[in-house]
Amino acid sequence: MFDIVIVGGGGAALVAAIEAAALGKSVLVLSKHYPTQSQTSMAQGGINAALYPPDSCDSHIQDTLKAAAGLAQETIVQEVCRAAPKAIEWLDSIGMPFSRKGEAIAQRRLGGASHPRACYAQDYTGLKLLHTLYDNAVKLGVAFRFRTFLLNVIEEDGVCKGVSILDMARGKVEQILAKAVILATGGYAKMYGALSTNGFGSFGEGVAAAMRAGAKLSDLEFVQFHPTALKKSSILISEAARGAGARLIDQEGQEIGGELWTRDRLSRAIFEAMEEGREIFLDMRHLGEEFIEKNLPQERKLALLYEGIDPIKEPLPIRPVAHYTMGGIDVDEHMQSSIQGLYAVGECANAKLHGANRLGGNSLLELVVLGKKAAQSAAQRQQPPQKKLFERTKIDANFIKAVFTLPNQIDFWERQEFLSKIMYHNCGIVREEMRLKGVLSVVRQHQKELAFMGVRDKSPLMNKELISFLEYGNMVELAEAVLVGAIQRTESRGAHFRADYPQRDDEKFLAHTMIWKEKGVLCADFKPV
Amino acid sequence: MKIKIKRFHPHFEPPSIDMEYAVQETATLLDALLQIKRQKDRTLTFDYMCRSGVCGSCAVRVDGKEVLACQHTPKDGEYIEPLSVVDVIRDLSVRLEDALVTLERSKAYPLDMQKIAMSEEDERRIERQSDCILCSSCFSSCPVYASNEAFLGPFALSRVWRYVADKREQAKKEHIDAVVQNGIWDCTLCGNCTEVCPQGIDPKNDIMMLQSKAVQFGYQNPNLGGFGSFGLEF
Repeated sequence: MFDIVIVGGGGAALVAAIEAAALGKSVLVLSKHYPTQSQTSMAQGGINAALYPPDSCDSHIQDTLKAAAGLAQETIVQEVCRAAPKAIEWLDSIGMPFSRKGEAIAQRRLGGASHPRACYAQDYTGLKLLHTLYDNAVKLGVAFRFRTFLLNVIEEDGVCKGVSILDMARGKVEQILAKAVILATGGYAKMYGALSTNGFGSFGEGVAAAMRAGAKLSDLEFVQFHPTALKKSSILISEAARGAGARLIDQEGQEIGGELWTRDRLSRAIFEAMEEGREIFLDMRHLGEEFIEKNLPQERKLALLYEGIDPIKEPLPIRPVAHYTMGGIDVDEHMQSSIQGLYAVGECANAKLHGANRLGGNSLLELVVLGKKAAQSAAQRQQPPQKKLFERTKIDANFIKAVFTLPNQIDFWERQEFLSKIMYHNCGIVREEMRLKGVLSVVRQHQKELAFMGVRDKSPLMNKELISFLEYGNMVELAEAVLVGAIQRTESRGAHFRADYPQRDDEKFLAHTMIWKEKGVLCADFKPV
Repeated sequence: MKIKIKRFHPHFEPPSIDMEYAVQETATLLDALLQIKRQKDRTLTFDYMCRSGVCGSCAVRVDGKEVLACQHTPKDGEYIEPLSVVDVIRDLSVRLEDALVTLERSKAYPLDMQKIAMSEEDERRIERQSDCILCSSCFSSCPVYASNEAFLGPFALSRVWRYVADKREQAKKEHIDAVVQNGIWDCTLCGNCTEVCPQGIDPKNDIMMLQSKAVQFGYQNPNLGGFGSFGLEF
């Protein structure tokens, strides 16, 4: 049996694994794909740290708190921002190839930051960070199991005993027991389907599994929309472009402005301009070929492939799409969820660092600083679970068998595409009560109809249609929770904007939205900050 | 437009067949595969994640040449196969474990990093190698595996060079020691890997760099061993 089981293979998971191994703990990483195929690979802009004056940790703290619109916890923001320079030093010491300016680590300015604060590696920051972490995990001999899909968290009497998983290549349900479990399964922004920058992985199975096990979730309605994704493909064009001077214009060439605003505000401005029938473009022609090739090579390549447009010659058509989920599994200052022995870190968790709106460059920072912390906390757990076949595992094995016999009268993929679209248009950048309630009733209908869906591919072996169906199931479950949060928060704050309640209301809503399930029923409440 | 796909399922008889699908034109091969899966054949199995060329999960062979499905524009009549050298699990989905283990065997990780300032130029020397996405295209294209299964292979060796060339890394000899067996001298320098790399990395050149570093550490190219001893004495 392992001391610590980590679910997920991205940056947060690997930092936790490296730290757990360094603490002498036996650790197993369960990843859905191969670890370097995680969402972290798509992070481009950078990782924040106040390294040189005139920037300071205090300034970093202030910027983070300001963007968070009252929903960040000051102590955690202070802790993470103050640990940031050390985090960069640690990454440098394990081989991270940060871009340099002279002999110093180079920094760029992202939206909402008072100074150039994001350390980067071209526009491959996440990719290079992830691979550096993977190399170090390999060096430490961390045990991995690839292509394992999380089904459920095994919980008894409020204590986590392990997880049940589907071994994808064999089609077998298994239980993996451990003294502690760390969920690092990523966010759920792919709930918005083609209108999300995320890859085909961010369906939130960790968040959904934690909810089913009885863990509390918080602030789920705070979904960040990134202002500049390519219009046809939703491929992200990093904030680095705007930080370097790229401008937002409409089809007449008229300036939109606000290039360095925080993402919530700018996404709304662009969305509103688009609602007026204007087309919005990101113009970086004046930055010149040399600059773009050196700093944004990936983005030029993707713009050419997907839009057939060379940003050196023409402005790029863009629109805001779902990018990051601030909410998630509610954790305390030790990264522990409301279930003993179940920890969560990274995008799947809500450590209250980002509050109502995340700053670019703070998520990679979070996974480094809090990934270590999660491992340190999990390493304290001494009590191994009883060795037995848990009821949860039996139920899950039967469930997977049963999925193959479902009647397939309704195509889940069509349903998923439809739900993604209506989520974007009604529970997206601008929200309003009647529309949210309309989507909620659709979601509840989808939930009832799950039993009439199913899979057409009947092979147990590497059945990716089955995985997609399970992801859709998680998405439907989480969409309900997101909608309930969005409906009951009758105010506007950060990324959550209600057209019918456009003002921030600190008297009633300076509070975290808490969501959990009791005997399968969704419960919601507010917890004052 | 029609594309042909090599299908594989170990439980079927025969396990492998070619199937042709009509698809609407798409920007990428990945879009075409998704179109087939959603609209025509739910059993078609392939891997994908980021759809933007950074996660390295969707490498396949098109008319014998490795490409990322999400970065390749499909054309009529193309033949799609899984990567070679690695084991196929089902259709285009392969076991990358066989490839990834070369990273461990070649010690393609930092061994002894010191706190040393790097200049822009120092960083540029490892920039291209550290763009690697571990898609295994180069691994699949490498002809050495036909004769030597234990070969460390292009991406692992490129990654070793990335650490040897890193100014902060001190244990350069230990890196070289790890790649002289089944490594740098077994490469035929054919350049297939360089040709197929979606990130423009040049493993062939990196292997040559490792070879010259090895010579500096006193290793000799065993393939050249004979030249000095033709028996001719002057």
